Amino acid sequence: MITLQELHKIREEKRKELDLRVNTKADTREKHILVCHGTGCTSSKSPEILENFRRILKEKDIDNVRVIMTGCFGLCAKGPIVIIRPEDTFYAMVKPEDCEEIIQTHIIEGKRVERLLCKDIDGRMVNSLDELNFYKKQKRIALKNCGVINPEDIDEYIAFNGYQALERVLRELTQDEVIDIIKNSGLRGRGGAGFPTGKKWELTKASKGKQKYVVCNADEGDPGAFMDRSILEGDPHAVLEAMAIAGYAIGADKGFIYVRAEYPIAVKRLKIAIKQAEDYGILGKNIFGTGFNFDIEIRLGAGAFVCGEETALLESIEGKRGQPRVKPPYPAQVGLWGKPTLINNVETYANIAQIILRGPEWYSSIGTENSKGTKVFALGGNVNNIGLVEVPMGTTLREIVYDIGGGIPNGRDFKAAQTGGPSGGCIPKEHLDTPIDYESLKQIGSMMGSGGLIIMDDTKCMVSLAKFYLEFTVSESCGKCTPCRIGTKRMLEILEKLCSGEGDEYDIYKLEKLAVNIQKASICGLGQSAPNPVISTLKYFREEFREHAIQKECKALECKAMSKIVIDEEKCKGCGLCQKHCPVNAIEGEGRDKRRINQDKCIKCGTCLTNCPFHAIGN
Amino acid sequence: MVKEDKKSCCDKVTPFVESLFKEYKEEKDNLIPMLEEIQEKFGYIPQEAQKLLSDYLDIPMAEIYGVITFYSRFTLIPKGKYAISVCLGTACYVKGSQKIMDRLKERLKIESGQTTEDGMFSIDETRCVGACGLAPVFTVNGEVYGKATVQKLDQVLDEIINSQK
Repeated sequence: MITLQELHKIREEKRKELDLRVNTKADTREKHILVCHGTGCTSSKSPEILENFRRILKEKDIDNVRVIMTGCFGLCAKGPIVIIRPEDTFYAMVKPEDCEEIIQTHIIEGKRVERLLCKDIDGRMVNSLDELNFYKKQKRIALKNCGVINPEDIDEYIAFNGYQALERVLRELTQDEVIDIIKNSGLRGRGGAGFPTGKKWELTKASKGKQKYVVCNADEGDPGAFMDRSILEGDPHAVLEAMAIAGYAIGADKGFIYVRAEYPIAVKRLKIAIKQAEDYGILGKNIFGTGFNFDIEIRLGAGAFVCGEETALLESIEGKRGQPRVKPPYPAQVGLWGKPTLINNVETYANIAQIILRGPEWYSSIGTENSKGTKVFALGGNVNNIGLVEVPMGTTLREIVYDIGGGIPNGRDFKAAQTGGPSGGCIPKEHLDTPIDYESLKQIGSMMGSGGLIIMDDTKCMVSLAKFYLEFTVSESCGKCTPCRIGTKRMLEILEKLCSGEGDEYDIYKLEKLAVNIQKASICGLGQSAPNPVISTLKYFREEFREHAIQKECKALECKAMSKIVIDEEKCKGCGLCQKHCPVNAIEGEGRDKRRINQDKCIKCGTCLTNCPFHAIGN
Repeated sequence: MVKEDKKSCCDKVTPFVESLFKEYKEEKDNLIPMLEEIQEKFGYIPQEAQKLLSDYLDIPMAEIYGVITFYSRFTLIPKGKYAISVCLGTACYVKGSQKIMDRLKERLKIESGQTTEDGMFSIDETRCVGACGLAPVFTVNGEVYGKATVQKLDQVLDEIINSQK
């Protein structure tokens, strides 16, 4: 338990100490080596890199350099990432055995290790973070602390204005004033549907009842999305602080974070953060001496996509099967154990403290007319710069894919972008200039969703993609209502027929009819949005569906039953790369001969296709 | 598929589950956290544990079975010594993880969610382990293999099989 004076002292002293993290001109002989410890970099041995740095520094008796673990820097494609501050040198794809050289050359001799410097897509060598195109169009609010602070040290969070918003709220503002600030900022729920956050808080506050709850939805189920995970891993205190602020605003003294068990690092850091906040008396009884009590508990999700739906999530916290409830009543009226409950998503919470500190006018000055602020996207798939990006609302898809994402690899063409995961839709080339906000995306048949943004190149089959999403929905449907349970299964069967070359034109008609019925008749968001991937692909890639149904042809070669891979003799230069990579030795020919594919052996895995430098392989 | 070996595991299951009773109160909402611990410890939820939980939390066995089968992290059969998961999240799918899954099923001759007869391998599909920068990925007992290819999978499998000889 610390006093407010002590808290202020920590902030002041620590801020001075950490100035070199954000100020490249900091006048100090100290250096900080930041090593990314997000899930991506951790999977490629960043903890080992951190250990090596510490060991070598100790051996060489260097005492002005500290090695710090941080959250995600965002550019996961270049991981593991090491950044040295204050000079802001960006080393990419560092291996544990590179540590020795970095210490020797960079720290001792004061020169850069050229071979490890990050290269931009145009081949230009990049010295610091700001020079990368990837970061130029980004604006970091929710990710402000990710990659800057050590997420396992509360003092570092406090140094960068941490818990200042909570202090202000508890000591200076009334509940209604807090709600007004959030309402005026224009913040909308970042979980997908985009309900105005301030309105939600107001409704929950207005509900009668002594006991109320605050819940954080960290059940990020959209496959290929990792925004919430990165925030929890890189800046867990931001979420705790916002939950406490929400608790004060609506009159709740208890919060739950429902987080996926598949995110062990996020869970671990949340536990540490809660413990540290409790030790400081920032969570618990009588916070800052104001008489306000607030506790937070973690609940683990056990792997069910539907639990991202708010009422299913509540059922799961209560220990039951995660089946959605019929709405209304909404959780704001009847939520956890029948009590009024406020549910917001991780990214929504990550914006709250900033809005309180910098004012609603500042926040609403960013973004478009009806979508304020920024949005974090997990950019993945066939794009050069895979990673986490935060852009102001209204940024176009083209800017994200080409300026930030660095375009499509292997000289391929952009075919479609998928937003909103299994509930969203595909956006084709002609809509690349659509500004990203809630309304525009809805208009073109997709949705904002939680922030998964998967890019697909021209080798992808859209019918297979629709099938992929339906497989997901079928296995994740909770089974409570018939349209979703049986309807999605029937849709999947039709798509399987089309992909195996047994479909006909009537199947496309049946698909469309089923889709509309499921949308209208399902109980919850999962069912209502399940047909979206099919509807949007049908809208923009109808010709491809017809090719599958009528000509029995899959031009992308993904539907194996219909495809036959052949080598174009005119284009083949006999380099043998395809042969080298074929896992089943199905390619025949020697030396500089033109290669042939033995169709009896070929498993149509497409490895040869991706490895041919001359684009000589096709169907 | 492997049937659970009742005798050998029961001896350990009862004391472990009973030790959980000290940590968790007799409240129904503690069912899922307790199942998590049991799954983590034994790699599946033995029937004996379900009985003990049913008595302790006053929840019918059928309901507990309902919860276990609802959530994909809980299984009723033991995982293999080498539990292999292939990520079928969208980012990995777009980069060809389905081919890796197909190859794995073909080589081990089991379906996803099953364990080989000798108890050596089990296959699972996961939706996003969060290493999308390394897509496609598969994991063996939690260790991540990134930028995977069919050949890389074959290589990893061969290494495991050879090390067991």
